[in-house]
Amino acid sequence: MRTTGWQQEEPPGLGAPSPDELALVEALRRREEAAFVQLVESYGASLLRLAQTFVRTRAVAEEVVQETWLGVLKGIDRFEGRSSLRTWIFRIVTNIAKTRAVREGRSAPFSDLESETEEGPLLDPSRFVGAGKPWEGHWRSFPGPWGEPEERLLASEARGVIETAIEALPPGQRAVVTLRDVEGLSSEETCNALEISETNQRVLLHRARTKVRLALETYLTEAAGGQGRDN
Amino acid sequence: MARDETTDFSCKELVAAASDYLEGRLPASERARLEEHLAACEGCTTYLEQMRRTIALIGELREEDVPPEALARLLGVFRAWRHAR
Repeated sequence: MRTTGWQQEEPPGLGAPSPDELALVEALRRREEAAFVQLVESYGASLLRLAQTFVRTRAVAEEVVQETWLGVLKGIDRFEGRSSLRTWIFRIVTNIAKTRAVREGRSAPFSDLESETEEGPLLDPSRFVGAGKPWEGHWRSFPGPWGEPEERLLASEARGVIETAIEALPPGQRAVVTLRDVEGLSSEETCNALEISETNQRVLLHRARTKVRLALETYLTEAAGGQGRDN
Repeated sequence: MARDETTDFSCKELVAAASDYLEGRLPASERARLEEHLAACEGCTTYLEQMRRTIALIGELREEDVPPEALARLLGVFRAWRHAR
């Protein structure tokens, strides 16, 4: 089998498998198909979503996911439980996807985290009172109220706005917000799965959330029938 | 409410710190300044509430559906692996 980067030691101190996860691990070691199906149903869509942040097409992402599951099966007997099962699986998909991205001729993902964390301002600076004036740095006009997607049957449209906003993010921001806010991983699990520092994780998450909020603002403020009010 | 503009947390600073604040990652002194600002600023209260809603809405993207053909393909992988043992 081709060697990919995932066969590394699980770093210590990153949580432990839950009792449910341990039961799944044991069942997989007994080659129980139902356990495999349960894992695929729990994480299959998430793995595809994460793989797509690294590689060019959905087809390649699907291959990455398939390779990931093979890696999980081949590695399960050696899984030492020094991280949660979920973190371990996300780490495998990240490493396979990164390897694949490099082979596709993309620059190594996350090789440019510095520029991703140091981009320009996220909100238009003109939304705040300029330098040297009274109330410098305060809102010129408050953010407008948002419509209620639930009430206005806008939920599926809001979903589309968020999907589009996340797709437009640079890879590091996209991967972090996907793991943290879509999949619900902790910051520690996310750092571990993506092999990035805690500081980078925080900055990337901040930038991603701010941009997604901005995309929603444009959409939901209109839905509420108003613009920002004067301060 | 009297405000000292030289030491007050600005709205711009709050926007920059919003995610870290919600993560509980701000140092205590900074958090206190932010909350003091928040208590007096309607715009930032709205902003932070919208940030919370954004995070909740992002969470709704999560789905567990795996298309049947993908599941069938993976079951093929599983059975080949089991058989190879």
